[in-house]
Amino acid sequence: MKIAVCVKRVPDTETRVKIAADGKSIDEGGVKFVLNTYDEFAVEEALKLKEQAGSGEVAVFALGGDAAQETIRTALAMGADRGVLLKVDAPPADPFVAAQALAAELKDGGFDLILCGKLAIDDYAHAVGTMIGELLGIASASAVSKLTIADGKGTAEREVEGGMEVIEFSLPAVVTAEKGLNEPRYPALKGIMMAKKKPLEVKPITLGAGGIELVALTLPPERQEGRILGEGPDAVPALIEALRTEAKVL
Amino acid sequence: MANVLAVLEQRDGSVRRVSHEALTAGRALADALGGELHAVLVGPSGISADGLGAWGADKVFVAAGDTVAQYQPAPYAAAAVARAQAGDYAAVLLGATALGKDLGPRIAARLAAPILSDVTAIAHDGGIVVHRPVYAGKAIQQLKVTGKTCVITIRPNNFTPAENAHAGAVETVPVPDEAPRARTVAVKESDGAALDVAEAPIVISGGRGLKEPEHFKLIEDLAAAFGNAAVGASRAVVDAGWRPHAEQVGQTGKTVSPNLYFAIGISGAIQHLAGMRTAKVIVAINKDKDAPIFKVADYGIVGDLFEVMPPLIDAVKNARGN
Ligand SMILES: Cc1cc2nc3c(=O)[nH]c(=O)nc-3n(C[C@H](O)[C@H](O)[C@H](O)COP(=O)(O)OP(=O)(O)OC[C@H]3O[C@@H](n4cnc5c(N)ncnc54)[C@H](O)[C@@H]3O)c2cc1C
Ligand SMILES: Nc1ncnc2c1ncn2[C@@H]1O[C@H](COP(=O)(O)O)[C@@H](O)[C@H]1O
Repeated sequence: MKIAVCVKRVPDTETRVKIAADGKSIDEGGVKFVLNTYDEFAVEEALKLKEQAGSGEVAVFALGGDAAQETIRTALAMGADRGVLLKVDAPPADPFVAAQALAAELKDGGFDLILCGKLAIDDYAHAVGTMIGELLGIASASAVSKLTIADGKGTAEREVEGGMEVIEFSLPAVVTAEKGLNEPRYPALKGIMMAKKKPLEVKPITLGAGGIELVALTLPPERQEGRILGEGPDAVPALIEALRTEAKVL
Repeated sequence: MANVLAVLEQRDGSVRRVSHEALTAGRALADALGGELHAVLVGPSGISADGLGAWGADKVFVAAGDTVAQYQPAPYAAAAVARAQAGDYAAVLLGATALGKDLGPRIAARLAAPILSDVTAIAHDGGIVVHRPVYAGKAIQQLKVTGKTCVITIRPNNFTPAENAHAGAVETVPVPDEAPRARTVAVKESDGAALDVAEAPIVISGGRGLKEPEHFKLIEDLAAAFGNAAVGASRAVVDAGWRPHAEQVGQTGKTVSPNLYFAIGISGAIQHLAGMRTAKVIVAINKDKDAPIFKVADYGIVGDLFEVMPPLIDAVKNARGN
């Protein structure tokens, strides 16, 4: 089983966002960067599938700046075999451009399965994995929380409004990971040591032009300071009144 | 003169509310562009597209057949792309639902166009400009479309559907017979959850403050008292196995923008706020007056939820006549 996993370097979920002087990006001062939460599920699933198959390879791919090497090392420390950094100044704002670059690299890799996160917690696009599948002309299933692979076929379950969709597909395929797919392992000390020696190839690439321009990044409007209506059950009538007359939702 | 294309979503043959929202947003954009609003509807044989003109559609293209009664990625994408390539469309719009989040990127990739996901505002200012929350809602990105076309998924419950009568002429088109590489073979309905937390106009969420899973009955009763409310949950109670993941609100759950959001026994961790801060009205009930949830709540009650909930449920029942 030959598996590719796409991993992105993103700010940790605890990050307090400040806007940088350019008005288009976040101020990275003091920000901790991590392997995208959903990509952890993707890496874990790849490792599990390889272990199940008894042989194979897990290769991780990141598109980003030099610092994304750290992100690749995290995946290698979890147990992936090798990494590739598609080196650019910064990941593109247009998900199609990212998908194009990753798909071009993965195209002739001979992978049975390509795993991604369902979304990157910085740009929230929820798109790159599915786009890679379309660009490669192979099957894909997105936001998958249960996956079985056997005899060159896959079955995936994904949450939809009011239920779970069951999807069958043939390999090769792209699957994007949702929370619940598995419990990602923590890199053990031994894994961290071994990761330092695993191959990590850096390939400078040129990105496509894309069809969007980032105009600005702003903080969301502050919510108006709210009101404590009172304490305990005595405050219930005031709440009902406020919902009826001020908020007009009752 | 460019037009706008809305890709509609149906369930059991009826067009979903989020598609009325997409038509409303699409109508406004088409008017700004001086073009028409067209729509694509894929669904079961006999599906009716009548009445979609009321939401602003000039024309509706219907591909109906039993093989596409439920969402199938390949033919749905092919139908939307066939239409998108047959006309001059500045944008293809759809809801950012489970279906839209899967279908949108497929359409965009096939059109070699950018996708703008989970958009909360669309304007036209020498080009299409959208606003979309990023970094779990901690920042808003403004993007301008520079290419010829784009795909936009809109956040549910964010564009209020507005009637705006247009012709709504219906034209039948064939169901594409692209050989599927992946097929939806079943949809397992979850019991109860008729209303999804991401789409409900009112969400009643409970957290660890409820102490035990059985106590979620209080949350369910308040939702029932409203009638049109869904139950939500914090990650703490989902991880504890009290509630299904489908109900989780927040960074690793769903993003919701209901008209009214109740956070009951929820502290208001940054990852929870990520999922609900765009709710129009937020009510918090918490015994800790310093809980961070009160910083974003419009109305707060400081107190023991076990004392506050029973009279609240009764009061809402009375107000609603439920
Ligand atoms: C990567 C990552 C992703 C995450 N994603 C999410 C996510 O998607 N959604 C999410 O919700 N969390 C998420 N979290 C977890 C988040 O950090 C919090 O741990 C979680 O939201 C806490 O849930 P809670 O508010 O129910 O519990 P607690 O923080 O324990 O809060 C319980 C609250 O109940 C109150 N309370 C207790 N008893 C009563 C009573 N009798 N009456 C009234 N009030 C009472 C307490 O004062 C307290 O404020 C994530 C964390 C990480 C690290
Ligand atoms: N720059 C990148 N490098 C590697 N993988 C990426 C990159 N951007 C997105 N991905 C993959 O695509 C998934 C979805 O990202 P997005 O569509 O940006 O939300 C991520 O979870 C990654 O698996």
